[in-house]
Amino acid sequence: MSSIDVPLKQAGFGQTLRKDIWWREPLLVFLGYAIFIVYATWACAAGNNYLYTANGADYLSPFYSPDLFTTAPSWWPTSLIAFSMGLIVLPFPGLFRFTCYYYRGAYYKAYWADPPACTVGEPRKTYWGERKFPLILQNAHRWFLYVAIYLVFDLLYDGWRSLWFTGADGAKHFGVGVGSLVLILNPILLGLYTFGCHSFRHLIGGRLDEISKHGLRKSCYDCASGLNKQHMRWAWISMFFVGFADLYVRLCSMGIWTDWRIF
Amino acid sequence: MATATFRIWRGDSKQAGFKDYTTEVSEGMVVLDVVHKIQAEQANDLAVRWNCKAGKCGSCSAEINGNPKLMCMTRLNSLPLDQPVTVEPMHTFPHIKDLVTDVSWNFRVKEKIQRFTPRKPDAPDGTWRVQQADVDRPQEFRKCIECFLCQDVCHILRDHHMHDKFIGPRFLVYSAAMEMNPIDAADRLKDLHDNGGIGYCNITKCCTKVCPEEIKITDNAIIPLKERVVDEYYDPLRRLFKIFK
Repeated sequence: MSSIDVPLKQAGFGQTLRKDIWWREPLLVFLGYAIFIVYATWACAAGNNYLYTANGADYLSPFYSPDLFTTAPSWWPTSLIAFSMGLIVLPFPGLFRFTCYYYRGAYYKAYWADPPACTVGEPRKTYWGERKFPLILQNAHRWFLYVAIYLVFDLLYDGWRSLWFTGADGAKHFGVGVGSLVLILNPILLGLYTFGCHSFRHLIGGRLDEISKHGLRKSCYDCASGLNKQHMRWAWISMFFVGFADLYVRLCSMGIWTDWRIF
Repeated sequence: MATATFRIWRGDSKQAGFKDYTTEVSEGMVVLDVVHKIQAEQANDLAVRWNCKAGKCGSCSAEINGNPKLMCMTRLNSLPLDQPVTVEPMHTFPHIKDLVTDVSWNFRVKEKIQRFTPRKPDAPDGTWRVQQADVDRPQEFRKCIECFLCQDVCHILRDHHMHDKFIGPRFLVYSAAMEMNPIDAADRLKDLHDNGGIGYCNITKCCTKVCPEEIKITDNAIIPLKERVVDEYYDPLRRLFKIFK
């Protein structure tokens, strides 16, 4: 690779001639992620109020789906931390988002100031990029994508379950509550984020140079590309809505909110 | 006619600093017009590189109020004129004089990238058959005017000066244009991984934001190339699949 033999200027931390409010976007990203991370971690560790079954409803918080274990499995370190299914589920969508290309660019700026914003000086002089451990592990994004795709369908099934209410006769009857709408909209929004993922776009057809020879994959690639253009928007909307879906089930389960039955 | 103050970087690589020029400005002017006006009326020796004045030659790249932009495409009504407008040369390349930098490093990098290598022709007359859908992607990259604003804004080059390890967004776009071309038969992934430094990119999207041709550099060129590198180096399942295929 060619080098430059003339010393270049190094800007100090935060140094820039930009006149706009450049720090606003990283600050909002910092606060937005912090709020979600704190809430999601607390909600997943709480281990209660994740299921709403009053009035025959069957609403499961997305943070606790799939509900594989209702009690601690034998391998769970109970002496260290109280069992919660949420803590088993959380790492998978969490790492999917952590390794997501959009999130990476956003949190490198907001949390690591690398750089704080475009053309704004950085605090560190050394730089490794994503070539060394641990950030080289960002290349595992597609593996978390596979789990995320499964979770979208799993949550769709939960949405379907929320449409069936247990009646006084003990049988399941079709119905729609506000919670049903929340639990159905949640996987749809997650799907709009997941299927617009850069890795999905690549795997579904982006890696082919002659995609026109593969009609179905070309259609899927075009759909993924369309979603990908709004990837940032779907990332934020789906992140906060999944938190809201948990909050809705939690507050209904605690008796603070009432789940209105539409029919 | 209104007046505005322009704080222009003057000097050479040995001694330089900002100098203020107050001049009359009128509706519809761009920054390059003002620089030319100052050059004509107040500073005949002001060095500025320009050519087409239409945003197509990529010559007049500079930093206006700290943002990498083409001077000929930056209208004054997009700037706050109640305070001095700063005009600087690009930071990422060696300074020559005033607003002019030495961008020759880019051309040295370009020379080292594997050239377009067409596969065997499809027809006896030496021509190829390709579908428009397959060349849509490389055609987006062909819009590049080589203004090097993306190179200038990239913090890996700008702040960390890793010119010897990272080829920069411009040449990732250049590589992507050939890698995704259905006629091209060369494989540049090893070179991008080992020498091009694609792993250094941490997806800040600053390059996309400054591109005057609105090429989606990060989403359509760099990340797809990163994914192809993952196929080759970081996905054991794909490698296994390729062996049995």
